[in-house]
Amino acid sequence: MEHTVRAYDAELDAITAELARMGGLAESEVADAIKAIANRDVALAASVIARDIKLDGLEMDIERKAVRLIALRQPVADDLRRTVAAMKISMNLERCGDLAKNIAKRALVIAESAPITPLTSSIERMGELVTTRLKDVLDALTSREVEQAVAVWTQDHEVDEHYDAIFRELLTYMMGDPRTITSCAHLLFVAKNLERIGDHATNIAEILHYEITGVELTEERPKSDELQQRVF
Amino acid sequence: MTLVDTLPNGLDVSIAKIDQSVVKLDVQNLDFFYGKNRSLKSVSIPFEANAVTALIGPSGCGKSTLLRTLNRMYALYPGQKATGKIMLDGEDILRPGVNLSMLRAKIGMVFQKPTPFPMSIFDNVAFGVRLYETLNKTDMAERVEESLRRAALWDEVKDKLQTSGLGLSGGQQQRLCVARCIAVKPEILLLDEPTSALDPISSAKLEETVTQLKNDYTIIIVTHNLGQAARVSKYTGFMYLGELVEFGETGEMFTRPVTTRGSDYITGRFG
Repeated sequence: MEHTVRAYDAELDAITAELARMGGLAESEVADAIKAIANRDVALAASVIARDIKLDGLEMDIERKAVRLIALRQPVADDLRRTVAAMKISMNLERCGDLAKNIAKRALVIAESAPITPLTSSIERMGELVTTRLKDVLDALTSREVEQAVAVWTQDHEVDEHYDAIFRELLTYMMGDPRTITSCAHLLFVAKNLERIGDHATNIAEILHYEITGVELTEERPKSDELQQRVF
Repeated sequence: MTLVDTLPNGLDVSIAKIDQSVVKLDVQNLDFFYGKNRSLKSVSIPFEANAVTALIGPSGCGKSTLLRTLNRMYALYPGQKATGKIMLDGEDILRPGVNLSMLRAKIGMVFQKPTPFPMSIFDNVAFGVRLYETLNKTDMAERVEESLRRAALWDEVKDKLQTSGLGLSGGQQQRLCVARCIAVKPEILLLDEPTSALDPISSAKLEETVTQLKNDYTIIIVTHNLGQAARVSKYTGFMYLGELVEFGETGEMFTRPVTTRGSDYITGRFG
């Protein structure tokens, strides 16, 4: 149902629309950063780095709009949850952009050294998985399907498993051939960044669940690896 | 989490339960009639002791009627009738033979517009006390001071107690009415839109007074100001067309109301 004051709806919708735009940009930044690594595409990496500033601007704008709406409309109930969720989700998306930008910067360095194809394929697979998670949660954001958000939340362990596998793979390469250390170190960070993007997708799923239902997702999320205990 | 009942007409209703041991005033299946017009429909609502409960809802929803039933104000008017039970400490105040004068000493009320009597500030506060008790001069002075302090008015009027209550500002007059009300040591305070005629600063002072008073009184406040309900109350009841639609803890009500009508009203989507 619409608000009696229609300008209120317009303001809320403006925030939601901007968040959707941010989601699209973040998703393509992450996907392109992974492509840049996989295809040793320097131009694409440079474009990801250049694009990230847009995401920062959108995040600031959403925050400004949300603060203004809280001050002027005093939202409550679902309106309040929607406003606060928009602020938090935009922060998570902005972080995804930063991580994608960092991956793109590393793509530039990795492109200068000899290719390690099996490794980049592993990274690419992990990247695809993370991109899918991000895409799924952003779809849930648009469709407001809470089950879809919960699905992303429960699947986070798959990303962690990929990360652990890549971590071991990288160690093997570095021990086997010290000349690969520079590339491998960068790829390790790339994998870590992807894992964090997966975490942000999970965060967004949690925020979305609270926004839609008013209830926090509290159950213990399935976690798989023993490596999680260590500090990287 | 609070349970939601869906009525046969498809509308939902949710009334949270409160531990009976802390309930001061318990309204059970209350109906109210203005002549043939049924303006309260089987309302059941518990009011917790030493807590503030806010009643919200659009004009004509029955919240002021409910408030006027609680101290049997309606008995002053012909053709008005209440059925059901209102249990105050286990006794039904609707049954015949209840001493209304004593009842109203127990349940004080403050109205929308300040209603100071045309007499001194001191006498305004002492007026009610003299109806129920005979105090000597010192005790009366103490009672007046204590009441004015609790109503957060003492510091502003202590040097002019003998001047007319009508000379005070609107906000001060309203706090004077609160002082007059609590001077007779009631157990329950009914506030009917007490800040609707006040400026924001006076409203804030009255809200602060309410917050202070809740330690000793059971307070029920009817308000059109949703922000005020959110700020001062522990429980909120949302009424519509004579029914209690949603009742629950205020923090829950304003972050995740469970009924559609309650949610639509507090978010400004009503009608």
